[in-house]
Amino acid sequence: MTQPFPFSAIVGQDDMKLAMILTAVDPSIGGVLVFGDRGTGKSTAVRALAALLPPITAIEGCPVNSASPADCPDWAGITTNRTHEIPTPVVDLPLGASEDRVTGALDIERALVDGQKAFQPGLLARANRGYLYIDEVNLLEDHIVDLLLDVAQSGENMVEREGLSIRHPARFVLVGSGNPEEGELRPQLLDRFGLSVDVTSPADIDLRIEVLRRRDAFENDNAAFMLRWQAEDATIRDQILSARKALRDLAPDEAALRDVAELCLALGSDGIRGELALLKAARAYAAFRDDTAITRTHIRAAAPLALSHRMRRDPLDEAGSEARVGRVIETVLG
Amino acid sequence: MGAEAQWARAVIALHLACADPGGLGGVLLRARAGPAREAFLRALEHGSARLHPAMPEDALFGGLDIDATLATGRIELRAGLDAHDGPLILPMAERTPPRLAARFAGMLDARRAHPLIALDESAGDEERVPPALADRLALHVDLEAVPLAAIGPVETPLPGPAALPRAQDAQIAEIAGLAEAFGVPGARAGWLALRAAAAHAALKGRAVIAAEDIELACLLVLAPRATHLPEPGAPPAPPQPEETRDPGSEAESLPEDNPPTDLPIEAVLAQLPEGMLARIAARKARAARGTGTGDARIGNRRGRPVPPRKGRLGGTARLDLVATLRAAAPWQAARGRPKGGPLRIRPADIHLRRYEQPSDRLLIFVVDASGSAAMTRLAEAKGAVELMLAAAYARRDHVALIAFRKAEAEVLLAPTRSLLRTKRQLAGLPGGGATPLARGLREALEMAKSARRRGMTPTLAILTDGRANIALDGTADRGAAASDALDMARAIRASGMEALVIDSGTRPEPALRALADAMQGHHFALPRADAGRISAAVSAALDA
Repeated sequence: MTQPFPFSAIVGQDDMKLAMILTAVDPSIGGVLVFGDRGTGKSTAVRALAALLPPITAIEGCPVNSASPADCPDWAGITTNRTHEIPTPVVDLPLGASEDRVTGALDIERALVDGQKAFQPGLLARANRGYLYIDEVNLLEDHIVDLLLDVAQSGENMVEREGLSIRHPARFVLVGSGNPEEGELRPQLLDRFGLSVDVTSPADIDLRIEVLRRRDAFENDNAAFMLRWQAEDATIRDQILSARKALRDLAPDEAALRDVAELCLALGSDGIRGELALLKAARAYAAFRDDTAITRTHIRAAAPLALSHRMRRDPLDEAGSEARVGRVIETVLG
Repeated sequence: MGAEAQWARAVIALHLACADPGGLGGVLLRARAGPAREAFLRALEHGSARLHPAMPEDALFGGLDIDATLATGRIELRAGLDAHDGPLILPMAERTPPRLAARFAGMLDARRAHPLIALDESAGDEERVPPALADRLALHVDLEAVPLAAIGPVETPLPGPAALPRAQDAQIAEIAGLAEAFGVPGARAGWLALRAAAAHAALKGRAVIAAEDIELACLLVLAPRATHLPEPGAPPAPPQPEETRDPGSEAESLPEDNPPTDLPIEAVLAQLPEGMLARIAARKARAARGTGTGDARIGNRRGRPVPPRKGRLGGTARLDLVATLRAAAPWQAARGRPKGGPLRIRPADIHLRRYEQPSDRLLIFVVDASGSAAMTRLAEAKGAVELMLAAAYARRDHVALIAFRKAEAEVLLAPTRSLLRTKRQLAGLPGGGATPLARGLREALEMAKSARRRGMTPTLAILTDGRANIALDGTADRGAAASDALDMARAIRASGMEALVIDSGTRPEPALRALADAMQGHHFALPRADAGRISAAVSAALDA
């Protein structure tokens, strides 16, 4: 398959698509967690997002996709000033990846053959300025999770082992997906995701039919299908680009701040991270819709995404936290 | 439906998988070693490669060829078996660890030119093929009940990739309707069914998909994934496609004698293998079990370092450079290293890092749900288990739940970390009946042993009021019941499991103290136990 399924052609799953778009508008929101059944298009959406995102400009040959020569880590030995456009990196972190592959490690091949001590960058380096996608994030081994938490917090990857002492920037948007039936996610990691969405199997038969129809057209009538949907994708891409520009001029007013704080208070969400994520998400949403101020409409739309996974939860409370968020939004925002 | 038809269907599945390997991924064959499986695999004899879940990752997916690299002094890579030009067979698929399943899933998503045949040899509910893998293999067939007499020949050569006819809009709607009717989760299965129907039409040399093809796809793809049975007689009719839609050539090529089909649910149901209906009906309860996938215990990646050891670099092991150099150093002169030249390192010098890691704890709750306990204590026991669960969640412990009542002990929850599931199972726990304590203990011991085989450290927490009155053989005999329970307790001690007994009776029961002593476990008498106190007692005993 040369081209991924177009982002805009994904049937339904509006929350998931919105959450991904919001992180594209403002990467500092900090990642999306997608939880739900198998085969509901989680991976498809991530691959599609990669194709949708506008390219970035990076120094040629830089292992961490730096924007300027000053940002290139010195161990990479980059001497050129030339830049080129590359697609926004979307890097897969497979479940079985070893720590060495994630952080980077001594280049064993060169150590064995040439006796050279060289650093082989890992997945974190490749994901810098882009996305790191972890399918089945809830099954990830604990030591990799620890490592990711550390890097996600500091935005920098440090490797101190085998006589190497290496550091490089690693700022990425974390996208995780998984099926909660197969295991829970550690609260620390949960909290690290800016937004979360639950995806479900298509609820009614018309949606199921439409899913199959588009898939069929994608496989069997690819050229026409891509032509039709790439135009839509281009529209979204333009919206994202202009939203990024608009972001700077969108400052929340007093009323919006109060709404956000009240919501978080009413939900008893832990820490201040929830407020920040909600505010950023609402702002990104306003920018994406080309609105000139952050209003309750935006907060209302962003709140379930930003808050449903951070409520101090009774881990045994089965009633979906989304429902609780919905109720609180009704009472607080009216 | 007979075993012959089942065999025939397995053969068709194999042909379909070969005709559209990229789209369908392959076959998930439920069969333990036996004549049926041998006959099936014989068709794949030529050109196929056998994998194994325990193979090192670089053998499966390629990597650095250490031997050749060291011999030639150049970096030599070797291809993994995933690049093999032929079908892949994965025996013991249920033993595939999650990380490997993720790699296989990625391989299938990348569309191989040959199918993957995964053999599910699981013996019970305890093991299952990782869903990430099972979900991507379109065709699920069962050879378990096929006797020698039913085995026919498999037509060879197997077909190659074929051009598939395109489905009509009405047929897409029909398959979506079927997926809905069988309660198939996710959207992938519907698409796989569509491909399977198209592949079957292609094999039969048809240019359009017929009702027969859809029926077969439903049997092979949708029915095995069903979560509930369609309402008999009231199949949800797929909406008729609008007339304006797709006025192209496809509609015209629709044969006259192929009227818009009704959902072939009845036909499909009639052909399902025996036992399948019961299994589907039981699927809800079963789906809530499965293995609690957690971390594998891997000796070479984290934990306290232990001395390095010779070994081969697989995909996951880490090289201990210093130990490797130390091993190579004395031999440099003998290996004729020129002065100032690079070190001469042989594969035998390679040492790997090893780490020791405390294993995950598994708390097995053995809960007395009998009549004597039920009224007063069951609710409390449930409360305690819930509180423990919350604590276990924080500590990343695994939890399992066994209840005993009437004549039986039942595993309500296999080891899991999923609170969602535990909560559901617990809520539905019924009470009443006699007290088969010995059976409960036996069940718990078996689970603990199998958990230990998977690298966990099990602890038993037994909640009962102690009046055992059903013996191991199921007879209602107090004397035998008590001595059986004591025997089981000794067996638990002999296997070295940690255990604690919580006496939830209104008056402390001396027999339970004896039981706890037989297990060399802790004993708590909690005459007026509330959930909080039980939970605190268990936590204290565990942390001691």
